[in-house]
Amino acid sequence: MKTLSLKPTLKLPNGRIWTLGVPYFWLLLFFALPFLIVLKISLSSMAIAIPPYESLFSFTDEVMEISLNLGNFLLLLDDSLYVSAYLNSLQVAFFSTLGCLLIGYPMAYAMARSTPRQQTILLLLIMLPSWTSFLIRVYAWMGLLSDTGLINNFLLWLGLIDSPLRMMNTNFAVYIGIIYGYLPFMVLPLYANLVKLDPSLLEAASDLGSRSLHTFWTVTLPLSKGGIIAGSMLVFIPTVGEFVIPELLGGPNSLMIGKILWQEFFNNRDWPVASALAIVMLVLLIIPIALFHRYQSRQMEAES
Amino acid sequence: MKKLASRGLKLSFSKVMLWAGLAFLYVPMLILVIYSFNASKLVTVWGGWSTKWYGTLLENEQILGAVSTSLKIAFFSASMSLILGTMAAFVMARFRHSWGKMTLSNMISAPLVMPDVIIGLSLLLLFVHMADLIGWPTDRGMTTVWIAHSTFCSAYVAVVVSSRLREMDRSIEEAALDLGATPLQSFFLVTVPVIAPSLIAGWLLAFSLSLDDLVIASFTSGPGATTLPMVVFSSVRLGVSPQINALATLIIFAVSTTALLAWYLARRSEKRQKQQMRQADLQMAPA
Repeated sequence: MKTLSLKPTLKLPNGRIWTLGVPYFWLLLFFALPFLIVLKISLSSMAIAIPPYESLFSFTDEVMEISLNLGNFLLLLDDSLYVSAYLNSLQVAFFSTLGCLLIGYPMAYAMARSTPRQQTILLLLIMLPSWTSFLIRVYAWMGLLSDTGLINNFLLWLGLIDSPLRMMNTNFAVYIGIIYGYLPFMVLPLYANLVKLDPSLLEAASDLGSRSLHTFWTVTLPLSKGGIIAGSMLVFIPTVGEFVIPELLGGPNSLMIGKILWQEFFNNRDWPVASALAIVMLVLLIIPIALFHRYQSRQMEAES
Repeated sequence: MKKLASRGLKLSFSKVMLWAGLAFLYVPMLILVIYSFNASKLVTVWGGWSTKWYGTLLENEQILGAVSTSLKIAFFSASMSLILGTMAAFVMARFRHSWGKMTLSNMISAPLVMPDVIIGLSLLLLFVHMADLIGWPTDRGMTTVWIAHSTFCSAYVAVVVSSRLREMDRSIEEAALDLGATPLQSFFLVTVPVIAPSLIAGWLLAFSLSLDDLVIASFTSGPGATTLPMVVFSSVRLGVSPQINALATLIIFAVSTTALLAWYLARRSEKRQKQQMRQADLQMAPA
């Protein structure tokens, strides 16, 4: 009898520690610690060696020297290339998020108003593209947007234009690519939010004489704030660091910070500058990430 | 009357947007699929139907090798992230508020939005440091990509699984514990069968994310392990090619079949569960 009653109480804390400890340790080692290392490398100077940077700590004649090199960060401020790449990334991310929201909100709204049977099918239709290779979906636009591509050929055939429009390798192509790639990530959280919205609230508003557009502005929109924030952050944050889309669809003028970081790392092999670029990007994104995190942890924890 | 008409108008606006949006999502892929059967080598000129690009694709050993590398990495990453993600989800949905839970929730949801380039760069620098300090990993390759993918995919698994855990009726778990099951028994015999659809969905999501990833794999991989997206990317950089069209079609086909199948199975099991619950309720009612 005694062993029976002891067993669960002894096992419980043990199991709890393991359940918390294993993912905790893994993420600490492979997610949190790497950021500290990026910070460290960003403060070192480049060297022609393997790995291509100098150590921060040197130990000679019983004196430990720590040399922090702020040159990488000063370089980012000094060179207009980096500054304009950051500004351009933020601008592109902002307007494509807005675009996704303007297209995605009505879509999510229509989905939430469909019958339950239609909803499951529509949900699948929205999710399916986001499961398909991102690279392939960006690639699909290369054939459509190029000078001899389908859209230009079609417009020429219609007689609307005399010479092909230049769409490929422009900022326009980058916007199209980002909106296309990230639209499902906007629609899904918006839908999840709108579908939970109590229809009786809308009925109450309209019973009290509210016009439907007015109801939308004063009731539906404020109540879907959580979904709007989640969707926007899911689009905005990854877009700031986007590499594939500006590389494949953008031109030499569409500077984006993800692409610059990639070039510094792989082409110039300048690891310290690439690390400094990543650190500044993280600092810029800290407020959006905090906003997203607040929403996400509220979603994941039991609220009931 | 007027009110009704205006409501109808607004509804139809959002409906139109929904269908236009779906067309926007699907038409480019449809065109890609059609053009993969183009006989002409010039990708923008239609030269009649042909399946020859599929033939050349199957002879391309570089692509076939990359497919098998990618599938292996995706399988092991999805499995590892299922374990890590489910544990994290359990902590989020079941544990009382504590310092450990708070920091875990901070770390688990961050990879959802973190730009790929940052995750890739930071992990590569970690691996270089580890090799320096403890002599492991000596070479970067499949193992390092597996670690990287398991890390970021577990965040997605945690989201999918925790939402199911929250919906689940906790009283059956409590009943099992009251009847003398150990927490481990109650988890595997009671909780797992109930959340099984979300475990499958999470595994599949992690699998597809791992298969799809280019940026993180490019940073953390070595010369020995080239994944499919890396091969596709280096070829696509040079422009549109009919062989890649064929490959893209195969990928789209594989993904949609798997997704449809998973969706169908999940729905069926959900229906069955509901039916069983209803039957149980009926049997309980007279007593």
